[in-house]
Amino acid sequence: MSLAEEAFEDLYEHAPCGHLSTLPDGTIIRVNRTLLELTGYEPGELTGGMRIQNLLAVGDRIFYETHFAPLLAMQSVVREIAVDVRRADGTRLPVLLNAVMRDDPRVIRFCVFAATDRREYERELLRARQRAERSEAEARELARTLQRSFIPPALPRIPGLQVAGAFRPAGDGDLVGGDFYDMYETDAGWALALGDVCGKGVEAAVVTSLARYTLRAAPIREPSPSAVLSALNRTLLHERAGRFVTAVYGQLVPADHHFRLTLSLAGHPPPLRARGDAVGEIGRPGNVLGLLPKVRLTDVEVELAPGDAVLFYTDGVIEARGGEGLYGEARLRHLLSASRGMEADGIADAVVNEVVAFQSGLPRDDIAVVVLKIPG
Amino acid sequence: MSVMVRNNVRITGRPDGRPMVFAHGFGCDQNMWRLVAPAFEDEYRIVLFDYVGSGDSDLSAYSPERYSSLQGYAQDVLDICAELDLSDAVFVGHSVSAMIGALAAIREPARFGALVMVGPSPRYIDDESYVGGFSAADIEELLESLDSNYLGWSSAMAPVIMGNPDRPELGTELTNSFCRTDPDIAKRFATVTFMSDNRADLSRVPVRSLILQCSDDVIAPVEVGKYVHENIPGSELVLMRATGHCPNLSAPEETISAIKAFL
Repeated sequence: MSLAEEAFEDLYEHAPCGHLSTLPDGTIIRVNRTLLELTGYEPGELTGGMRIQNLLAVGDRIFYETHFAPLLAMQSVVREIAVDVRRADGTRLPVLLNAVMRDDPRVIRFCVFAATDRREYERELLRARQRAERSEAEARELARTLQRSFIPPALPRIPGLQVAGAFRPAGDGDLVGGDFYDMYETDAGWALALGDVCGKGVEAAVVTSLARYTLRAAPIREPSPSAVLSALNRTLLHERAGRFVTAVYGQLVPADHHFRLTLSLAGHPPPLRARGDAVGEIGRPGNVLGLLPKVRLTDVEVELAPGDAVLFYTDGVIEARGGEGLYGEARLRHLLSASRGMEADGIADAVVNEVVAFQSGLPRDDIAVVVLKIPG
Repeated sequence: MSVMVRNNVRITGRPDGRPMVFAHGFGCDQNMWRLVAPAFEDEYRIVLFDYVGSGDSDLSAYSPERYSSLQGYAQDVLDICAELDLSDAVFVGHSVSAMIGALAAIREPARFGALVMVGPSPRYIDDESYVGGFSAADIEELLESLDSNYLGWSSAMAPVIMGNPDRPELGTELTNSFCRTDPDIAKRFATVTFMSDNRADLSRVPVRSLILQCSDDVIAPVEVGKYVHENIPGSELVLMRATGHCPNLSAPEETISAIKAFL
């Protein structure tokens, strides 16, 4: 025996991985020493008609038949398959299998790498990923639940007036934003609040809740929209909210077929009113809330007549950015003019759909709109 | 999304021939038929496809609700039949597809003229005196095995696999590609397959049926093949010399001649 032949034999028998050869149906015809040492079988025990499938745990056996064997038949080589081998003493050995199918003679050759530590590490990674996915799902659910609390589940029914609200969170809705709106009955009529808390995330959400509930409670003591917004300003400063808020607040009082709308603006884009072919802003600019101890706010009173439509919105609408630049107020005026014949919910949907489409379906900021429409 | 793209439908063979639909089982895709289907091209109109969630199907069409039972997969088959306006088709189903074909034939008998079931099992888990070959714990183990063997699936590869090849250089390196899909979908398909119980449907199969049973098949043992044969009225059973679960790959000649003899 030459030195080279002896070296080959020794290389096979004592290779640093298990070697195992089978017929195409898996019947084991040859194994090396390393494999016997890894698995604890005696020489001859594995080559007496046993198949490689019998060496595998049952789940892995199904995987072998449904994935491994077809792959091997189709591409003659399969790599890095993780399975458990059943040892002679009944314990399991995690291994990685590589295999090649040879045509002449028709045999399958397997390399068997013991992989106990690596598989344990991979299981750790898998568990970590599953934990991360669970946490992510919980965080998303939390964000959506919080967000839902910023807008009422339904707007009030008001005789002689259609009202509709629409909201679309930024991105895919994973990050809770600061847009909110609300509408409810008061002693004199109805109140409408719509606003935007600066920033996103949990801290912004806390301020958004504070703003919404302050605006709900304030009208009981405060007579006018500007006084309600001033009360919110005091609360934000007193609570050291640390974030500024823009808002529009209006009071609606029915009068025959008309409605009288008194509204005040605090750093917020003025609502648009469509009357006939004309679209115009209503309200007078006022200071943003949560920054200054004293704010300058003005109440403006307008009459809403049959056929009129009023659009309240947050800056996520006009500051939407797409391939054509900023969406802007001009586009919004045009859209309101074109859609003023629709019912209130049709107009609200049209605005949100157009602004979302303008940003290729993925808005960068929250979008909130409320539409009032007196049927003509 | 058209059904043709959604299910990666491939049509070959004789355009005016009797339709012959080949359906893959759990694990891989229509490539499972590459050694068998060509033998029927001279006479039949061959229809190959991937179920949604397998092979080159449109993964975005996968919905856990629709595919929560084998009926959802049967709907894929019926959608394809409707799209191609098939009638009197020969349906050749491997593994779980044998039962999917049976369910489709029960729902729309006029579409099918013959059913070839390769390694069928109406229920994989033992139940009192019925021997399916597996316990529920075995199936849990399979799900773990699928978790450890993502077959090269990773978030970096997903865009390539889902048909958005911004990185064509990856395309040539796709190993294990015939049997790879999103591991989450694979696990759901495994659960639906191995938890199914369609024993009660067997007696309702309305078409001529052939059962091809391998010797030594750990997925569908001989007793299960005999059970299917005894419960489908008028069915034929052929015990093959081929071993394992995939005679369509390991013994294509024997598979082809058994199907030809039946037809």
